[in-house]
Amino acid sequence: MNRLLRGAFVIGRRDFSATVLSKTFLFFLLGPLFPLLFGAVFGGIGASVANSREKPAIAVVASAEDFAPLQSARARLAGAIDEDHVVRLVRFDPGPDSDAQRKHLLASRDPPVQAVLTGVPDHPRLTGPIAPDGTTAGQLRLLLADAKAIEPAEPSLVVAHADTSSASTSRDEALTGQAAQTALFFFTLLLSTMLLSQLVEEKSNKIIEVVAAAVPIESLFVGKLFAMLAASILGIVVWTSAGAAIVASLKAGGLASLPAPAVGWPIFLALTGLYFAMNYLLFGAVFLTIGAQAATVREVQTLSMPVTFGQVLIFGFAATAVSAPASKLALTAAIFPLSSPLTMVARAAQQPGLGQHAVALAWQVLWVAIILKVGSSLFRKTVLKSGPRTRWRFRRA
Amino acid sequence: MFRQAQHEPDAVEAIDLVKDFGATRAVNGVSLNVPAGSIYGLLGPNGAGKTTTLRMLLGIIDPSSGTRRVLGRERPLEAAQEIGYLPEERGLYPAMHAREAIAFMGALRGLPLREARRRADILLKDHDLGDWAKKPIRTLSKGMAQTVQLLGTIIHKPRLVVLDEPFSGLDAINQARLEELIRREARNGATIIFSTHVIAHAERLCERVAIIAKGRVAFDGRVDEARARLRPIVRLQTRERDGPWRSAIPAASRTEGNMFVFELPETGPEPLLKALIDGGAGIEALAIERPGLHDAFVAIAGESAAAEMAQEKPQ
Repeated sequence: MNRLLRGAFVIGRRDFSATVLSKTFLFFLLGPLFPLLFGAVFGGIGASVANSREKPAIAVVASAEDFAPLQSARARLAGAIDEDHVVRLVRFDPGPDSDAQRKHLLASRDPPVQAVLTGVPDHPRLTGPIAPDGTTAGQLRLLLADAKAIEPAEPSLVVAHADTSSASTSRDEALTGQAAQTALFFFTLLLSTMLLSQLVEEKSNKIIEVVAAAVPIESLFVGKLFAMLAASILGIVVWTSAGAAIVASLKAGGLASLPAPAVGWPIFLALTGLYFAMNYLLFGAVFLTIGAQAATVREVQTLSMPVTFGQVLIFGFAATAVSAPASKLALTAAIFPLSSPLTMVARAAQQPGLGQHAVALAWQVLWVAIILKVGSSLFRKTVLKSGPRTRWRFRRA
Repeated sequence: MFRQAQHEPDAVEAIDLVKDFGATRAVNGVSLNVPAGSIYGLLGPNGAGKTTTLRMLLGIIDPSSGTRRVLGRERPLEAAQEIGYLPEERGLYPAMHAREAIAFMGALRGLPLREARRRADILLKDHDLGDWAKKPIRTLSKGMAQTVQLLGTIIHKPRLVVLDEPFSGLDAINQARLEELIRREARNGATIIFSTHVIAHAERLCERVAIIAKGRVAFDGRVDEARARLRPIVRLQTRERDGPWRSAIPAASRTEGNMFVFELPETGPEPLLKALIDGGAGIEALAIERPGLHDAFVAIAGESAAAEMAQEKPQ
């Protein structure tokens, strides 16, 4: 064990230095800026296009007196739900030829008219490409009814404030869990696929013989895995520090105003760090094993896509557990090694109690060791061509 | 040069090593004994099984069957800190500085990094590469890079140094330097095993050789013993082509131009000379040559293996 760890340390130190001290690591650190930059540029363009398009309106052909109650009813509805979700009303004085006016309004582009409402308030008639049972017609019926009421008034409702309820807590915790799960998934997705190509350097430069003669192959796997984990953590520290500063500056109350997890923030953050490490190590060990079989960079590139889809699939599996943390599916996701860290980080947000996390972390460590052992044995057999031949025997019945 | 004490165990023992790659048997029952402190050559053409044998001895691969004991340990990796290995296919990280590359190999073999760097500086200076210590490997010439790797092989002062085709790709000057380095390591008490398909290197350096052909050890012993398996060769040129003296020349002799070439009869040179003189052969040229390792190799491994080696690119 001592020999294994010493060898792993030497390999890990070399890999970490080679990664972090290279010029390309700066680009790696700046990597997350590019999607943010693209998001800002294209988001700005999208918002500009959206703003330039005026919202369609219902043209109401009525006198100012007849229109006023309807407009008041609309204002009350907009106060109860979002303004953007309430139909927009624009008044037009009645003309001498109502049919001609209706046709003219339906053809209007300033403002764009969705439909024309006439006969307000006693004989309302809506003309336009509107579904009779759609939300626009439904809203107009409500507004007309409200406008016609003699004394429109909201019924009295006294609201007494309470900080939380079971529904709000459960929802908030699930939100925190999902956010942590998504963050873990993306970080692992971005970082661990790099491990696919880790052994190609040694193989293409023939260094593998020198290493294999000096230390156990397991050292090579463990060293590479932990070196990349350390480099990734360094990246994440830089990114999250920058991200936290941005969130703190943009959101009133800073990070503390985000929904609190069930185990509390300090433990939750510690568990998130541990589960990130475990998630990285588990996927990294699998990717290292797969990548070790590749002889060239081209083969690694070919392997990248199916491996990424596999990761997305696991994320989807773990994400379903958030909505029903007590279900059998959630338990399966927590037990299955590759989905276990993602499931458990969400569980930390949703359920108090630390015992389950101790068990889960021990379980995940065990699987990292198993995968590394299998990976290095496979490497010895298939790449170094070591060990006795595997013979498959089929017995006749 | 060969200083093994009577009671000192062999540095390497291999018994009946077999290695199969799929349906191909690369090594077929190799048994070796490498005395501690010796320079031991593994001779054979490419594909004979030399590299596979060395990789098994080093624990890089496991044999399909057979046992090995290296520096007293049955698991060679347990002795890794006392072994230095230069593989046939040289390998270094191209972006690494020369000094760091040597120190890295030392650290792999258990040296603390600081000590490994200190020794790397000394070794580079001793080999006229001090100015290149902080240059990336990719900027070094092939010969320099090979020297760097060789220095990384011996940085931890190993008791056993295994060199797989170490002269391959080196020019004559670097070959001579490498030969000197091998002798120096042996003088310092290390056991050296090197594989080669160039017999001249083995002949100059080794006390003991194993001749491997087609995955088998055809001979394992001292160079003198290999040579002693052959009778000295007589090359004779006479003025007369026939006469009573012809009965003194063995029937198995061959002619090379005007020369008769044959093994010296067991009776020795005197009866032969007497018969030639008395028979009036008219001796124009006569040479009695002690067989070299090449001749021994031809005899031991067979003409086909020798022809194969002769076709390989000379170093």
